[in-house]
Amino acid sequence: MSHSRNQKWREVGVLISLIVMGLIMVSPLIWTVMLSLKSNGELLRSTTNAFHPPYTGENYAAIMANSGVFRWLLNSAFVSILQTLGVLILSSLAGYGFARLEFPYRNQLFLIVLFGLAIPEQAVIITRHQMFADLHLHNTYPGLILPGLAAPFGVFLMTQYFKAIPKELDEAAMLDNASRFKIFWKVLLPLTLPAQATLGIFTFLASWNDYWWPLISATRADMFTLTVGIASSQINFAQTSGLGYLMTQAVFASLPILIVYAIFQKYIVRAVAGAAVR
Amino acid sequence: MLSAKAKTQFGNFLFVAPYLFVFAWLLVWPLMSGMGLSLFKADLFGGATFVGFENYARLMSDPVFLQAVGNTFLFVLLCVPPLAIIPLLLALLLNRSTRTAAFFRGVFFSSSVLSVTIVTLIWRMVLIPDGGFVANILAVFGLPPIPFFSDPGIVMGSMAIITVWWCLGLPMMLYLSALQQVPQDIYEAAALDNSRWWTTLTRITLPSISRTVVLVVIMQCVLQFQLFGQPQLITQGGPNGASRPIVLFIFEVGFRRWDIGYAAAASQILFAIILLVTLGQYLLSRKRTGDA
Repeated sequence: MSHSRNQKWREVGVLISLIVMGLIMVSPLIWTVMLSLKSNGELLRSTTNAFHPPYTGENYAAIMANSGVFRWLLNSAFVSILQTLGVLILSSLAGYGFARLEFPYRNQLFLIVLFGLAIPEQAVIITRHQMFADLHLHNTYPGLILPGLAAPFGVFLMTQYFKAIPKELDEAAMLDNASRFKIFWKVLLPLTLPAQATLGIFTFLASWNDYWWPLISATRADMFTLTVGIASSQINFAQTSGLGYLMTQAVFASLPILIVYAIFQKYIVRAVAGAAVR
Repeated sequence: MLSAKAKTQFGNFLFVAPYLFVFAWLLVWPLMSGMGLSLFKADLFGGATFVGFENYARLMSDPVFLQAVGNTFLFVLLCVPPLAIIPLLLALLLNRSTRTAAFFRGVFFSSSVLSVTIVTLIWRMVLIPDGGFVANILAVFGLPPIPFFSDPGIVMGSMAIITVWWCLGLPMMLYLSALQQVPQDIYEAAALDNSRWWTTLTRITLPSISRTVVLVVIMQCVLQFQLFGQPQLITQGGPNGASRPIVLFIFEVGFRRWDIGYAAAASQILFAIILLVTLGQYLLSRKRTGDA
């Protein structure tokens, strides 16, 4: 009897601590939304009334009228989608190759790729920037998309995944005299869909949120991605009279990815868990 | 003439060739040439003279760089322990298949999908002494605002708070999936023994997920040594360089002063630090868990 009572109190304690921590977690977001609904003039005087009316939609109207933000949004979407597709294609091909096919120096090459996991972006940035300048790739879409394709994580993940598929499957297909590409395309690739989802979600999130490379490569405002665009309007923060407008930018810029997150939450959680097991 | 076997092997190689080309072109080559460049005194406008290890010697006596190295280590020390512990607590509380747990998992992971520019925008208005969220709360209790960004002794702590809020989602998920791998019958046996919650935690749960704890710590160290956006956007490394990390140093030297040989040398040192710390932790953890 007393045992189950203890259990109940423990449950209540857990719930209360979750609610407290959850509130701490979301309060910065709520604060931001509240400020975005206030007029810039009022915020210039004081922010203490953020949780009391009057509210206004003027900042959102101002964002809608600012075509730059939409351009950045489209740039981000275009770059992330193409980068994700590119990573999926390259990693699947290479994963199949490393896991299943024979060619000279296969294991050595795979080891070198694995070592690539340890190379931080900052260690290559200076010379990569020069290379792209020589090739006139700065301020272009290929310039923004290409560097992300070199990340070894996808090859690592796909190789592991292909290795886990029973060999009998391709051997049976081999007897039917199917070509390597056909086996890859028709037999094995469909089986890797869960890994494709994991890799796709990770790549898309990383690409969408990347700040370091677009900051260095895209110097023209019309080639900014959303992260760099939002950063550019933040630099003059101290001088700004448009606090509400800035907060509206934060809300506006988070909405697309938060909506994607809300829709795909189940898959994202599964993707993270899936990547962890490996 | 190629033999049939050589032909097949060449065909096989074609599957990995596209990736290997991109890998060599955009990662290996820039790394190698960056190492080479670090031995030159070079600027963007042509001139490059071989100076051997002079850039490295200069770095070792450059107070700005040494301060940046110190700042970076301080930051890692401040934010990696909370990023290993808080997500573990959350995972322990949320390791159940109820709708409430699913909802809270969603809440705690939500900040992880935001970009650094949004995170800094939000947190600047939370922490700023003049009208920020925290300052407003303190004012209700008659307390003065805390100079989160302008006091050199506090600023890295502020960066750590922001970073913990931003990054705790992924370790939480890693812990959760590790907890799910712990065989249930161990717990049932413990329940029969009437083990206390704390005993169960320290004797069964933690030992079973020790590999994940190591993974989280190493991963976070690698990530947090690369701190850049938070101070670059909020403080530009100030006050008096107190929040300038190594990456911001590389950025300023390489892309503002265009002293690219010097910046390349600094980036090699960052690479070396990250490699050594990762390797050290890996070896240490293997020793402690008895080669498990």
